[in-house]
Amino acid sequence: MMYSPFLRPAPGVRGVMLTVLLALLPGIATYAWQFGAGILVNLLLASCAAMAAEAAMLRLRGRAAGLALGDLSAVVTAWLVALSLPPLVPWWLTVLAVLIAIVAAKHLYGGLGQNPFNPAMAAYCAMMVAYPALMSQWPAPGQLDFSAQLDLILGGARNIDAISSATALDALRTGLRAPGATVDALRQTPPFGFLGGSGWEWVGAAYLLGGLALLARRVITWHMPLAFLLTLAAVSGTAWLIQPAQFAPPWFHIVSGGALLAAFFIITDPVSGATTPRGKLIFGAGIALVAWLIRSFGAYPEGLAFAVLLLNICVPLIDMKTQPPVFGHRGGESP
Amino acid sequence: MTALRKLFSFNGGIKPEPHKAASTVEPIAVAPLPARLVVPLWQSTGAAALPLVQAGDRVLKGQRIGAADGGLSVAVHAPTSGTVLQIGPQPMAHPSGLLAPAIVLAADGEERWADLEPVNVAGTPPDALRDLLRDAGIVGLGGAVFPSHQKLRPGPHGTRTLIINGAECEPFITCDDMLMRERAAGILRGAALMKHILQAREIVIGIEDNKPEALAAMQAAAGSEAEVVAVPTRYPAGGAKQLIRVLTGIEVPHGRRSTDYGVQCFNVGTAFAVHQALDLGRPLISRVVTIAGNVARPRNYDVLIGTAMREVVALAGPQPDTDRYIMGGPMMGLPMPDFDAPVVKATNAILASSPALFPPAPPEQPCIRCGDCARACPADLQPLELYWFSRARNFGKAQEYHLFDCIECGCCAYVCPAHIPLVDYYRYAKSEVWAHEREKEAADAARQRFEFRNFRQEREESEKAAKLAARNAAAAAAARASADKPLPTGEPADAAPSSTEDKKKALIAAALARAQAQPAAAPPRNTDNLSADTQAEIAAIETRRQQVSPPAGDDAGETSATSAAAPGTADKKALIAAAMARAQAQQAAAPPRNTDKLSPATQAEIAAIEARRQQAASLPPAPPEPPK
Repeated sequence: MMYSPFLRPAPGVRGVMLTVLLALLPGIATYAWQFGAGILVNLLLASCAAMAAEAAMLRLRGRAAGLALGDLSAVVTAWLVALSLPPLVPWWLTVLAVLIAIVAAKHLYGGLGQNPFNPAMAAYCAMMVAYPALMSQWPAPGQLDFSAQLDLILGGARNIDAISSATALDALRTGLRAPGATVDALRQTPPFGFLGGSGWEWVGAAYLLGGLALLARRVITWHMPLAFLLTLAAVSGTAWLIQPAQFAPPWFHIVSGGALLAAFFIITDPVSGATTPRGKLIFGAGIALVAWLIRSFGAYPEGLAFAVLLLNICVPLIDMKTQPPVFGHRGGESP
Repeated sequence: MTALRKLFSFNGGIKPEPHKAASTVEPIAVAPLPARLVVPLWQSTGAAALPLVQAGDRVLKGQRIGAADGGLSVAVHAPTSGTVLQIGPQPMAHPSGLLAPAIVLAADGEERWADLEPVNVAGTPPDALRDLLRDAGIVGLGGAVFPSHQKLRPGPHGTRTLIINGAECEPFITCDDMLMRERAAGILRGAALMKHILQAREIVIGIEDNKPEALAAMQAAAGSEAEVVAVPTRYPAGGAKQLIRVLTGIEVPHGRRSTDYGVQCFNVGTAFAVHQALDLGRPLISRVVTIAGNVARPRNYDVLIGTAMREVVALAGPQPDTDRYIMGGPMMGLPMPDFDAPVVKATNAILASSPALFPPAPPEQPCIRCGDCARACPADLQPLELYWFSRARNFGKAQEYHLFDCIECGCCAYVCPAHIPLVDYYRYAKSEVWAHEREKEAADAARQRFEFRNFRQEREESEKAAKLAARNAAAAAAARASADKPLPTGEPADAAPSSTEDKKKALIAAALARAQAQPAAAPPRNTDNLSADTQAEIAAIETRRQQVSPPAGDDAGETSATSAAAPGTADKKALIAAAMARAQAQQAAAPPRNTDKLSPATQAEIAAIEARRQQAASLPPAPPEPPK
């Protein structure tokens, strides 16, 4: 027998995931426009691998496949993995990353809702550690046509020099090691655009658009993106004001790398993130701080994925310590 | 009076489709008298009523047929005149489908009222008014059915605001809306009566702003007596705590009475029932019920308590695919076990349900911790955490996260994208906690019983052992005593005398020992609790006695103060001491003499007379004066 409430109009998990996928479309379109259609091939590859892995794992775990496959959570993970990896990695790397995300990071922990780590970021970090060379090959905008991209993705031939134009973050990082180099001088070189990495500024703007749509549809709340972006701006801005030659300005940090994708689509993963309002602020701010530290002082040009995993570990503690006051227990006056 | 009151808001809440228009087209209709009525004895929070009638009794409409049992209980009444068919277990208006004691009436169709006595409210003390309401069966008609007389006690710091709840936030339900439109004057009168009993300073009536007709009617009836406030339409604005928050800004925590905070809240239906009970003497035997949902003609009916739901719903024309009734609204209503459950005081609405209207819940999916539930929760709980703890049977942690602050409004389950029946989890967790507490209480009682039994057994054992030991010791003493005498045979004085004579001696010695032990254990003497002067008197007597029978020997007198000196002087001293003690005690205990308040001149005169008298007394006694 069904008990109250008898009204259950909610769209379902599938509805939530579908909204996220739709909100990613502007970013994907801009990505393809700036860097070629290769990303679409990667997205397709990742989606197929994710669905296959999800189905296999559900079968192994003895769960009904229909509803769980239909919830599209695996596709969201796949898309986030594909959008995080460099667009021209070989197909097997994409597939491997997706397998790690779905099999290891998600189902080995108990499936949807149970994973402590963000699956896409866990996969990204695994690939970063295992294949650092492949993971640092980013194309410049309009550098390669579609057939060349297909060759790189599906074929074995890899002419590293043809594509190894470093990202802005990478260029900044290696460039600053040279004596006498300044941020301003480096930002005149090709990888840099108006604000951040050349071409990536536009993709970032499109992610921002999609993120605002998610906010409007109340799929995510403002807490995490705002805390993340403000903290990133604050710490990078402080360092930049003190030593402008050695530290990139805040706008550069915000539009470079995966910052805007992370702000609205990755750190906002509800399963592995904090759930209380204050907890979300701490979580977002913490990621920004760790990411900036890794970017500025660490061994990797982009530290977002590691920052997300680090803060994922802290979530149970953050949630426990930030439980909001309950109605009637706000510590006010009691007669 | 239109409100300029500052309104507050509560967090969370939802805005479901109201579905209220259809049942407000027609006015309230009186449901026809059924042939058979089932009046459950247990219709309110607290104890069930005690039946006052027997099978076969004739009863009149409004006659009390069940009496309140204790403070948290109210009476039940015959909804019409007729005959008591039986008193026994009948289906309850509860999803469990359990049977509960009820009085079954056969209506005689005459509707003959019992004698109704309007109450002179002004001349009746509040306690008596509360008793009258209890005996009129008045309970909260918003659905919680809490005995109203218990809520009508002023708080420790007085009651400032009496809130009348006309918010009616649940979809489909319109009984309060229609009551306010049609019987506003009665509601206001009931509110004034409650204000009088509570000694409240103001009446504030909260109505959701989607009921303009009710607002207008109530404003017209209220005049300057009460403030009618339109509150924003958002479920659950009609929850007592939420409405109190919206209207006063006060948050009443779980487990606290709102009167502690100077507010009290009653449903509009309850206010009307109070008016009927006190002004007309009519007990609560009917209520307005919304019949809606899967019916052709949704409408409100004035229904006698005890009418079978099937008969009422039939008036509204249920559709053929109706598979079930829901008592209450779609957010918090209870699915009924069958169509024949009786209408009770808690029945504010009956929704005919069908798979098309309320489709079965979609399959439950995993919680993705999206937090929509937390944003919807009007109690500011973290429903997702409660869900995880309940699911893991971690009830202690669930309580730590304020499980019992959950009002089961259903907002969380309404918004949950994973279609998790969250409220079911909380009900389950709560019932587990209650069951655990009951078990613990039972175990505690059992343990106490067991411990007392052990204690009693040990005490009996030790008493037995002590008796035995005393007997043995006495026997040994007797044996020693006999051993001291020189025995002609030179027999050694062994510890266990075997001869019959020795046994006798031992018994006597034991009896002596017992006799000696008794005074030590004697209850306090009746002289111990006497007043000071009596004790002084007794002391004097004792002294005299001691004088008459002087201490036995010189050796005994060393430590005794009274006998320290030579017997002769001791006697005199003791007498004097006793006399002084008596005199002091008399003076202390004597009532003030009538001479104490005289003027100095008179007192001087009296003193002179006294002096003369004393002088005379020192002379040889004068012959008695002859009576005049």
